[in-house]
Amino acid sequence: MSLPTADSTLGSVGLPPPVIEVDGIHRTYGEGETAVHALRGVSFTVDVGDYVAIRGASGSGKSTLMNILGCLDAPTSGRYVLEGHDVSRLDDGQQAILRNRRIGFVFQSFNLLRRTSALANVELPMVYARIPRKDRHRRALAALELVGLSDRTHHLPNELSGGQQQRVAVARALVTSPSLVLADEPTGNLDSMSTEEVLVALDHLNVVGRTIVVITHEDQVVAHTKRTIELLDGMIVSDRRTVAVGDRPPRWRADS
Amino acid sequence: MRPMEVIRFALRGLAANRLRSLLTTLGISIGVAAVILLVAVGAGAGDVIQKSIRDLGTNAISVLPRFFTIGIDPENAPIQQRDLTLDDVDALSDPRRAPDILSVSPLVQFPVTLSYRDRSYTIQEFAGSTPSYFGVTNTEVGQGDLWTEAEVATARRVVALGATPAEELFGTADPIGKRIKIGPVPFTVVAVLEARGSLGPVDADDTAVAPITAVQQGLSGYGPLTAIVVQARDEEAVPFAEQQVVSILDEQHDIDDPDDRDYQIFNQASLLEATGVATTTISIMLAAVAGISLVVGGIGIMNIMLVSVTERTREIGIRKAVGAQRGAILSQFLAEAIVLSMIGGTVGVAIGLLGASIDVAGIDPRPVPAAIIGSFLVSVAIGLFFGSYPAARAASLRPIEALRYE
Repeated sequence: MSLPTADSTLGSVGLPPPVIEVDGIHRTYGEGETAVHALRGVSFTVDVGDYVAIRGASGSGKSTLMNILGCLDAPTSGRYVLEGHDVSRLDDGQQAILRNRRIGFVFQSFNLLRRTSALANVELPMVYARIPRKDRHRRALAALELVGLSDRTHHLPNELSGGQQQRVAVARALVTSPSLVLADEPTGNLDSMSTEEVLVALDHLNVVGRTIVVITHEDQVVAHTKRTIELLDGMIVSDRRTVAVGDRPPRWRADS
Repeated sequence: MRPMEVIRFALRGLAANRLRSLLTTLGISIGVAAVILLVAVGAGAGDVIQKSIRDLGTNAISVLPRFFTIGIDPENAPIQQRDLTLDDVDALSDPRRAPDILSVSPLVQFPVTLSYRDRSYTIQEFAGSTPSYFGVTNTEVGQGDLWTEAEVATARRVVALGATPAEELFGTADPIGKRIKIGPVPFTVVAVLEARGSLGPVDADDTAVAPITAVQQGLSGYGPLTAIVVQARDEEAVPFAEQQVVSILDEQHDIDDPDDRDYQIFNQASLLEATGVATTTISIMLAAVAGISLVVGGIGIMNIMLVSVTERTREIGIRKAVGAQRGAILSQFLAEAIVLSMIGGTVGVAIGLLGASIDVAGIDPRPVPAAIIGSFLVSVAIGLFFGSYPAARAASLRPIEALRYE
């Protein structure tokens, strides 16, 4: 199901390239005296299968970092390589393709299309990937089953609870088998019950091999990840690993 | 993105705002309907005029005096004018000099008031002529008998009434044999002409014809003729007959230079052609006016599409985040605009055809296929044109800003 990565720039045989290589990224908004430095030289690498929390108070630059990682925004300077592709060398169209095939988004505000069924929402990225209708349907159903929503496929977003909507978003993020799932405060708008539902869905994704980067300020979310990068004023202040990349997520239970 | 997906997204987008979509298409519908209807009315009016000319006979040639009443340019000082006279009629009636002329009818025509007892009625074109006039104008008798050469020779005061004055003066009573006054002079009604029906605004039945001798003797005096109506042997003979008329009249009036001719010639065929051109021009003008409303409808589409793009900024952001490229967004919004205008165009064609089935002021509107197809295609083109700016704006939104939009 995975898209080929024949154009990878990594030389060494057998080892997959890191999913994310960020090197000295700066992002400045505005110019001169009023310039705001959202990121001031951020560098890190995320390997395949990792489950990383990027943590920080509001204004720490974590949303800016998320937008750059998601190819929604470009760094002012520095290099961002996604699965061997230097993003800064890609034009708009190529970045759209990259978002479509390599990245799955989960947003704080769900960002599902209104008046559109859960199934059609999950199918959306595959429409833009020109996947035939029959395959789209099958894969969208499988993704919804994975997040435990097989019985809600024809519901509209406003007929679903917040947790269910976010799980639809998770299904949409994973349906194209992306190399990277980016979650921006995925539980920010949810109660603790729904938060658990969504985190279990993300754990599940990681178990089946997806690389996940989740941006959060909640301890409950951090507890599910293998590694925590702390941002403060646009710089990394700590980078702690709790569980090895190849291991199961810390909160994962086989029965869940 | 596949075309089917583009159309499906567009329909879903439009269905989300049914009322608004409906109101937007209304502008285009009205525009298309107006174009079809006005062109149909123009064509119908043209038909009426052509029919009325054809009724006069396409082998008729009218000779009228030429007046120099406009302009006081000394270079074009009025030439010595000679009126059309009965001498001219006699000259034209010579079969040896004019072999292609079947008949020649002198015509004096003027407005006059007819009265019978306490009723009176004014007709604009009371005519004095000869029996051949009935032939050249395709006039049929409805009641009674038409007067003949004998009545012309004896200047009998008899008259053939058109259906309209007969109705006005006598109502349902039988007019035959009744004495009416034409101006101050008594005439006897011998015939009522067969009704031709009203042709648009022109009433072909608003006429009365009496022997020219009686008219000149009692009413107009022996002055100049209003016109001479010449009937060619048949339609093919019209050009030759016209030639003969010209050469005979040039001789009668001592004319050497064609620019100095004191008479002018019209034949029905060329009149038919000229009015055809005129009615086509009028139709095009009507269509142009209606076309303006089509453009206004197009601006309505642009307006709504711009609102729609603004409202759906977030949707656009989501689509872009999951990988929609510019082209996909562009074609989605463009498809919405075109679908809107096509629905509007279809409804407009239906309304236009429906409206064209109703008679207006005696004109039977005739829908013109070119106007139907043309206005529909123009409406689609308008959707494409006015939809392209909002669509381009949607496509060029930056995903990061579109997602942040509340």
